Amino acid sequence: MSTPSQAKTGSAFASPELIGRALRDAVLKLNPAILMRNPVIFVTEIVAALVTVIFVRDLIAGNPLAFTGQIMAWLWFTVLFANFAEAIAEGRGRAQADSLRKARTDAVAKRLRDPAVHEGAEAVSALDLKVGDHVLVEAGDLIPGDGEIVAGIASVNEAAITGESAPVIRESGGDRSAVTGGTTVISDWIVVRITAAPGSSFLDRMIALVEGAERQKTPNELALSILLVGMTLIFLIAVVSLAGLGRYAAADVPVPVLVALLVTLIPTTIGGLLSAIGIAGMDRLIRHNVLAMSGRAVEAAGDVDTLLLDKTGTITFGNRMATEIIPVPGVSERDAARIAVEASLADETAEGRSILALAREKFGITADADGLAGASFVPFTAATRLSGVDVGSRRIRKGAVDAVKRFVQSVDPRATTGIAAFDAAVEKIARSGGTPLGLAEDGRLLGVIHLKDVVKPDIKERFAELRRMGIRTVMVTGDNPVTAAAIASEAGVDDFIAEATPQDKLAYIRTEQRHGRLVAMCGDGTNDAPALAQADVGVAMQSGTQAAREAGNMVDLDSDPTKLIEIVGIGKQLLMTRGALTTFSIANDVAKYFAIIPALFIAAIPELGLLNVMGLHSPQSAILSAVIFNALIIIALIPLALRGVAYRAQPAAQVLGRNLALYGGGGVILPFIGIKLIDLAVSALGLA
Amino acid sequence: MTVLGWLQIAIILALVVVAALPLGGYMARLYAGERTFLTPVLGPLERGLYRMAGVDPAREQGALAYTLAMLAFNAAGFALLYAILRLQGVLPLNPLGFSALSPDLAFNTAVSFVTNTNWQSYAGETTMSLFSQMAGLTVQNFLSAATGLALAVALVRAFARSNAPGVGNFFVDMTRSVLYVLLPLAIVTGLAQVWMGVPQTLDATVTATTVEGARQTLAMGPVASQIAIKQLGTNGGGFFNVNAAHPFENPNPLSNALEIWQMLVVSAALVFAFGRLVGDRRQARALVAVVAIILVAGVAVTYWAEAAGTPSLIAAGIDPAGGNMEGKEVRFGLAASALFAAVTTGLSDGAVNAMHGSFTPIGGLVPMFLIQLGEILPGGVGSGLYGLLVMAVIAVFVAGLMVGRTPEYLGKKIEAKEVKMAILAILILPTAILGFSAVAAVLPDALAGLGNAGPHGLSEILYAYSSAAGNNGSAFGGLSANSPWWNTTLGLAMLLGRFAYIVPMMAIAGSLAAKTRLAASSGTFPTHGLLFVGLLVGVILILGGLQFFPALALGPIAEQVQMLAGKTF
Repeated sequence: MSTPSQAKTGSAFASPELIGRALRDAVLKLNPAILMRNPVIFVTEIVAALVTVIFVRDLIAGNPLAFTGQIMAWLWFTVLFANFAEAIAEGRGRAQADSLRKARTDAVAKRLRDPAVHEGAEAVSALDLKVGDHVLVEAGDLIPGDGEIVAGIASVNEAAITGESAPVIRESGGDRSAVTGGTTVISDWIVVRITAAPGSSFLDRMIALVEGAERQKTPNELALSILLVGMTLIFLIAVVSLAGLGRYAAADVPVPVLVALLVTLIPTTIGGLLSAIGIAGMDRLIRHNVLAMSGRAVEAAGDVDTLLLDKTGTITFGNRMATEIIPVPGVSERDAARIAVEASLADETAEGRSILALAREKFGITADADGLAGASFVPFTAATRLSGVDVGSRRIRKGAVDAVKRFVQSVDPRATTGIAAFDAAVEKIARSGGTPLGLAEDGRLLGVIHLKDVVKPDIKERFAELRRMGIRTVMVTGDNPVTAAAIASEAGVDDFIAEATPQDKLAYIRTEQRHGRLVAMCGDGTNDAPALAQADVGVAMQSGTQAAREAGNMVDLDSDPTKLIEIVGIGKQLLMTRGALTTFSIANDVAKYFAIIPALFIAAIPELGLLNVMGLHSPQSAILSAVIFNALIIIALIPLALRGVAYRAQPAAQVLGRNLALYGGGGVILPFIGIKLIDLAVSALGLA
Repeated sequence: MTVLGWLQIAIILALVVVAALPLGGYMARLYAGERTFLTPVLGPLERGLYRMAGVDPAREQGALAYTLAMLAFNAAGFALLYAILRLQGVLPLNPLGFSALSPDLAFNTAVSFVTNTNWQSYAGETTMSLFSQMAGLTVQNFLSAATGLALAVALVRAFARSNAPGVGNFFVDMTRSVLYVLLPLAIVTGLAQVWMGVPQTLDATVTATTVEGARQTLAMGPVASQIAIKQLGTNGGGFFNVNAAHPFENPNPLSNALEIWQMLVVSAALVFAFGRLVGDRRQARALVAVVAIILVAGVAVTYWAEAAGTPSLIAAGIDPAGGNMEGKEVRFGLAASALFAAVTTGLSDGAVNAMHGSFTPIGGLVPMFLIQLGEILPGGVGSGLYGLLVMAVIAVFVAGLMVGRTPEYLGKKIEAKEVKMAILAILILPTAILGFSAVAAVLPDALAGLGNAGPHGLSEILYAYSSAAGNNGSAFGGLSANSPWWNTTLGLAMLLGRFAYIVPMMAIAGSLAAKTRLAASSGTFPTHGLLFVGLLVGVILILGGLQFFPALALGPIAEQVQMLAGKTF
């Protein structure tokens, strides 16, 4: 599936105009009232302002300025870089919102006084529609608002929302009755009852979401912010107390240096990137054409323990296919296949096509309609449960096993040939989870066609992958338990619910939750709504009913139930990225201490030079290098924050080991190297 | 360092583990409300006490009620002890006729014993009547330890339970801790100490004839009964001024080994009990491993630093093989002194068998740093475990996100509320230690109490506030702390370190108890393996290091590098 928004994924992380806008926004975000939302960077801004005051004082007093000036500049850069990170993440969402906004219309709607009477529609602006109004939408019209079809059937182009240009069928009643404002009817007509007021439609919410206008801190983000505030306070205490302790040791530390120490110690790296990570996570979801109604849902996706997956469409291709023809003794497989092809020539169902395909692939039999001149086709009816063809005196039938047997007996009441083998084959197919389809000609049973739910080729590996991550998969199907068990074992799911009713789903979810497991599911029907609402992550299909879409906390615009697996991955990646950068940020402090502490006290206690393990050029260059490193690392990590850390389906222990080594170990080592290199540059340039 | 020295350390630690395992099982049964082998004997007594106090043992308390009960109980304990100390002059069992304590000293001492700190601004043998020692201090040695046990058990229950409104009943947990754990252990080991030569008498003095023939009056009293619980309850307040370096408190290497064992055994057993109570003993093993790694590293550094001696000692012609014996008892030697120092500070006990102030700077840095890490190795009785669990919560939160799930510990999600409370709790130590130290370092009134100048003086200040806020109680020597400034601020630091920590900790307990306990899967952050052990060690060291490194750089680290450069103070 190719959609405009997915196509963007491959492009570079930001275009020049995006960067230009982000740079402007970074400056605008210096406004303390806005910056207050980010406490770590807010503290940085305050102390940057403090150093600026000192700089101005020195300027007036005629004191040396170079060092204080450089510290001041880099403190402001730190704040700007953090703002830039957030701005660029927001900018990418905004670009998407702009393209969505084009679809929002103030088109003219044809309002009906009586939904049953199509004449005399009154033309009103879409913006004046109220919930409960009925509108007529005909071919070529834009659907003026979100609603439910009450009459008619139409093909609708939903490209504006989903990016998918192939039209979809929408009709009243059933599970495909919801329409979205901004999409276009391309054939026929429908009468729509408006269910969302202008301004709060699906499209409006989508725009708000991708723009981040409604962005609130998610629970985990909030918890992490609290941790960062706590760390900031701890370092504030450690640094402020140095004023007293330093005086005791006759090592009075100038304020800009104390500020430099503070800013390098407080978690500016993660503090600066935290909101960018969150925005980028939402953005990734949108790029997969999934809309999360809240950030909370994205985080919950990472925590999911159990996935409830519909069999049809997710695990299997959705239609049964012939995989085998078992003839009764005395009939060759080839003959049976040939007759099966004749029986299916006029069968336009997917099952019928699959019989032709099987015969072609396995026996090289091609459908030859000419050989059947004068044949009359017998269509399938619910009453006979048979279909076939009459060629001359030959009467060929295929269909439900008992119906075929009854047909044979009606022709020849004494017919017993092959009945035992026929029954055995039926039994074997049923046990393997397949559907047997009887084949007969006149008074003779010929064999059984094995119709099978074909499991998607890669699905078993994906489930194994999920299992390694500790996620159980549960298949939900309307099939009988025997069939369900067979498919379940073939697909490699952990559990299944056979003959599932919506109540069964709901009960299963509740049981899982009682055992302390988080459940994700997807659904589209109105009867899925309670289960969607009960699940911790409920993904409604865009093609589903309005009720389903409101019950779920995510909507998949592609209506692809397999997407659930990707959604879990995106949730996990979001949390991993936060954890990795937090660990990295804190681990960085070790090296910064070794850069700054000796520099701080070396005048009073020269022997502390022993701690200068990096051999930094001078106290001033050491402090400056640490501050520069601290600022530049934010910029360096923006791509990682936006892209997310590498995500693999592995057990938690392995993931932890790898990330701990990479971001914890790397976080300790990298700044030693980085600060040393910056120090070399700073001293070479004669900056300090 | 010698093989024999290490062997001595290894044997003592092994004996602790051997005893802590069954004791942990016993304590787990006790706190789960099951029958123990002492129930037939103590059950009637226990029920009688509940009837007398009007406590319904079956009634559960929520975290808030539990905390309020604990605070009220401790406030009453403080008031009683303060009254005893202030009225000492008119109370009985005062053979040497000691007068009442000054208000600031009585405040400091009462706070000190109620908070399980046992910082002593006084010399026991010249200040305290036998009544004050027995009815005042020894009683609080039991109660403060039992308070710690009760609180830790409440937090453990919060992890173990699912969707629970309550965390237990404070009065029941208290009573059981005293009756079933502390009293039996104190009686048995106290008698062993008497056998080893620790006096237990109501006579205040004994007169002895010295080798030179002079007659000398030696102070004594009911020593064994107090020091058994002072060690078992990680209180650490000695009967005598020099604490466990005194021959009557700690006569020989065997009694020294017993005292180290006593300090460790209950805290270690509680960790094992925790494993059983949460239904996963691997969790306890991981915490024990964390404690063991840091503690043994601390012992090793101290032992190495002391064995290496100092350049000035060597310059003075002392045999370098002897190491730095200044401030140590010859009968214990370097290894046992290093072990005692690391254990007493890792544990918030605060008893000393050697003077930490006389250690080499690095040797002295280790005990100070162990206190600053939060007294969690394995920490004070009860307080160590809950401190360790709070650190585990922080570690899980920081790194747990890296597995791509909302962090959870023992099946409980760690969310904003828990993080907020954990942060409030761990903020207490740096605030109290660095805040008070920074003021004291520039305040003439405070500086007047210092015994040394230069970085060593700063170490004295830092150590005093670390010891107080960490509820340890040991001192760095050199500091004369019996003055209004020191008595008052150290008292405040003790109160902050104890109760300002407990309140947010219990808020975590309340919040966790109400949560559903989630099932573990292979996607869950594993908190029982080596990886978690390494992570928790790293978080404890880095977090502690980051907070205190600048201050330590000006104190012991500066002293060490200057000593190496031949500069002394």
